[in-house]
Amino acid sequence: MKKNWWKVLAIVLILYSLIAGFLGDVPRRDILNESIRNLYFHVAMWFAMIAMMGASLGYSIKYLSGNHLNIDARANLFAEMGLVFSILGITTGSIWAKFTWGAFWTNDAKLNGTAITILIYLAYFILRGSLDDREKRARISAVYNVFAFVLMIVFIGILPRLTDSLHPGNGGNPAFSQYDLDTNMRWVFYPAVVGWILFGIWVSGIRYRLYSIKESLDQWRNDSSDQLH
Amino acid sequence: MVKQLVALLRKDVLLEFRQRYALFSILLYVVATVYISYLIFSNIKDVRTWNALFWIILIFASINSAGKSFSNESENRFWYYYQLASPQAVILSKIVYNTLLIWIISLITYIIYSWFLGNHVTNHLHFLAVVLLGSASFSGILTVVSAIAVKTNNNATLMSILSIPLLLPAVIIIVKASQLSLMGMSMAQNGAYLAGLLVLNLLVTAMGYLLFPYLWRE
Repeated sequence: MKKNWWKVLAIVLILYSLIAGFLGDVPRRDILNESIRNLYFHVAMWFAMIAMMGASLGYSIKYLSGNHLNIDARANLFAEMGLVFSILGITTGSIWAKFTWGAFWTNDAKLNGTAITILIYLAYFILRGSLDDREKRARISAVYNVFAFVLMIVFIGILPRLTDSLHPGNGGNPAFSQYDLDTNMRWVFYPAVVGWILFGIWVSGIRYRLYSIKESLDQWRNDSSDQLH
Repeated sequence: MVKQLVALLRKDVLLEFRQRYALFSILLYVVATVYISYLIFSNIKDVRTWNALFWIILIFASINSAGKSFSNESENRFWYYYQLASPQAVILSKIVYNTLLIWIISLITYIIYSWFLGNHVTNHLHFLAVVLLGSASFSGILTVVSAIAVKTNNNATLMSILSIPLLLPAVIIIVKASQLSLMGMSMAQNGAYLAGLLVLNLLVTAMGYLLFPYLWRE
């Protein structure tokens, strides 16, 4: 129990953000109306995605300096978790955009950025699939992961600031800090972000354990078949 | 390091000069694509379409030419190079060589494209600055991706899957910058985009320099 306190915290924080997110008081705004509550879920997904991709990057760098296949498995699992969050983020964002901007998809710098992020990570999985040798797969996909992450950060972090965007904080639209995210909303938004990040770490931890069980089962099968022959 | 780089670069240029294979195959590709576009569009009046088509042709020509940068020599020969030179020198020489190659291709594309489909550029110097900076950033990204893709079995498919998403940051800046230049803005008004491209080039080259030593190790 002592080691698992953060899993409890993840559940508590997500439940809290769900309950407080739907029942709490939110500022009344034109166009946005009640849909402003989506901020707790939609924006939290992006924070969680970047955290997962960042963890994946960290493990890729660690793999390149150490060459342990387990580390590569962790990098892969975190990238998969990041992709799940990005798909959830793009879905919640599309629905929100339909009700506020009038279309599921707009030619917005941030939307382009997320589409590219998803393409980059899908390419990462295809690259992994096309390499059979495990050492080689780990090494080459780690290099691609580092290269792609840096370009992705350029894309979603710097480019939207050069161009106009419908999102708050760009092209003359007011940022969260000005009035969108008032103090009450902060008290739900930040716990939601922390909760989802912890949840992502938890899920990829469980999947890592599944991976290592499969690994040792394979090892055991190989060993026993060696003994038979 | 610089000596190794120059020697490797000289080797690549000599190889190209003797075989004349890569450059001419890409040039033929460009001519054929431009002529198809000419048959389809006949004459482009809209500046945005003109700009978009020019860059689409150039992007795919660059992917085709830079995709071969590690696969047109045998792998054994690379082992020989690594005995003689540092991996950093190998990747830097390949980036410089591809930049030169794509510069030549983009200049010739520009001439052939204007010949068939008309030219909407008012300030040629400004547009060429965008073209040269843009091609340089293509070559950096594509060289690193080609070093990755050559390690896999289906090199050609993976080359485009891996590189197109990574090219997009550069492409968006380039298209904005070249549209501004077509609208007759001065170079100074376009400064932010040109500087952005330059920074992107430096970043990509630095990434290649840091990451390539992990790629060639077997």
